[in-house]
Amino acid sequence: MSEMGLKLTDEEKEMLEGKHGKATQKAIEIITTLGEIYGAGRLIPVTSVQIAGVSYHNLGEAGLEYLSEMAVDGRARVLTTLNPAGMDMLEWKKHGISEDFAENQQRVVDAFEKMGVVTTCTCTPYLIGNLPHYGEHIAWAESSAVCFSNSVIGARTNREGGPSALASSLTGRTAEYGFHLEKNRQAQVGYEIRAKLQNTDDFGLLGKAIGDRTSKQIPYITGVAHATTDQLRSFCASIATYGGVALFHMEGITPNRTTVPDITESVTDDDLDKARSELDDEAAEIDFISVGCPHASIGDVARIAEMLDGKQVSEGKTVWITTAKPTKDVAIKMGYYDKIEKAGAYLVSDACCAVAPLEGRFKGLMTDSAKACFYARGKNKFDIKIRTVEECIKEALS
Amino acid sequence: MTEFQGRKIYKGKAEGVALVTAVDISFYGGVDPETGEVVEKDHPLEGKSVAGKVLVMPSGKGSTVGSYVLYALKKADKAPLAIINRETDPVIAVGSIISEIPTVDNIEIEKIKSGQRVEVDADLGIVSIHE
Repeated sequence: MSEMGLKLTDEEKEMLEGKHGKATQKAIEIITTLGEIYGAGRLIPVTSVQIAGVSYHNLGEAGLEYLSEMAVDGRARVLTTLNPAGMDMLEWKKHGISEDFAENQQRVVDAFEKMGVVTTCTCTPYLIGNLPHYGEHIAWAESSAVCFSNSVIGARTNREGGPSALASSLTGRTAEYGFHLEKNRQAQVGYEIRAKLQNTDDFGLLGKAIGDRTSKQIPYITGVAHATTDQLRSFCASIATYGGVALFHMEGITPNRTTVPDITESVTDDDLDKARSELDDEAAEIDFISVGCPHASIGDVARIAEMLDGKQVSEGKTVWITTAKPTKDVAIKMGYYDKIEKAGAYLVSDACCAVAPLEGRFKGLMTDSAKACFYARGKNKFDIKIRTVEECIKEALS
Repeated sequence: MTEFQGRKIYKGKAEGVALVTAVDISFYGGVDPETGEVVEKDHPLEGKSVAGKVLVMPSGKGSTVGSYVLYALKKADKAPLAIINRETDPVIAVGSIISEIPTVDNIEIEKIKSGQRVEVDADLGIVSIHE
């Protein structure tokens, strides 16, 4: 190792020698190998981890077997939370999930729990207590959360995968390369926004419009006067899905310092319209409405509950409002859950329409999320339409 | 015998027949985790199996779940004997580590042909071709 330039502390060497157990040894092998590939000089401590690869639908039996093996003696060393599972961990049955799937999904979550991972199952850990501060080094998977933590919070993480994030949790370390280093966090391409941004879906479309042009570069975005946390959450999910962007700067909105690129392109209303028309399937027959990708905040849930209060979802349509379990608990206490469910919609926690086993169950999805569109079309072969939350709920009731 | 000096990604030694492609492989969705058959549509190796071969490709691509597919192949005895890359990506690197598949990169892979007998000493980062 040392001849490759990666310096390890005595404790890290002990981990490599297996003195801290088999799982930790495997984990530090992953971290040091990634460090060597990317030319890191050392490992650094992380304060927070978010693990992806939780849905049994994606993991399969092999992934579960690996997790079970790591759970024999692996234990989380820092605060670690989980990405969405393939189902609501309590109410799965009424959402049409099979017994078999539920049993396997439970085994996945149990393996994580045994390792001391907080089994929250949400893509928005920052809304429910895993909220790092500006400048903290963290190891997060889940592209939308990576983009949010790097850009909106100003914490520092690379785009981790499921196994590398777990490895960081079990060792408390990551290799110092990529977005952990200031020099790699400078803006590379400028975008001046001349489009009207009103609703959350507009921010999703903006994310697609920039993401499509940017690939993995770091954008410097000007001309956005105001953005809420919910809007930025949607923007992050979209720009990460369509562009692979892990970090952006938004003048007057995000906290990181950066040099400003010389070249600036503009983004207009036409670009947003183009993004929408690229996503929409004209002939889509909508029988599935899903809002909450990334997971809905309590503010979103409250607003949707009001829209659905006293109404009835029309026959033949299924509505999923997806959120984190702690948010659902608050929604139950506040009576939002009852309003939503009495209208015939579901408030689904822990899962989302991108990772649940839904292929073949629906024909057309309407959503406010540009990210959900990508997975609905790619994985589940649904036709899609992207609209505002208000229009989604109107569609559900019509 | 031709010898190439590369870089160790994951330790171990192996010898076998090379299966070479100039196109990156996505293990998640691109390779059947039970049989080792490449199933990605229009991939040059479509229909061929990576099982028991020295797999030679530029790099990996696609979802990080791909690392778990390599692990599944290992458990099913359908994994490649070794992997040789031009530049190993994190999905393959992590997959090789968790599945304990000898892996080397920084190799001029265009000089290796399918069907050749190849020896991989990943500990030293050396790949040897028996003509």
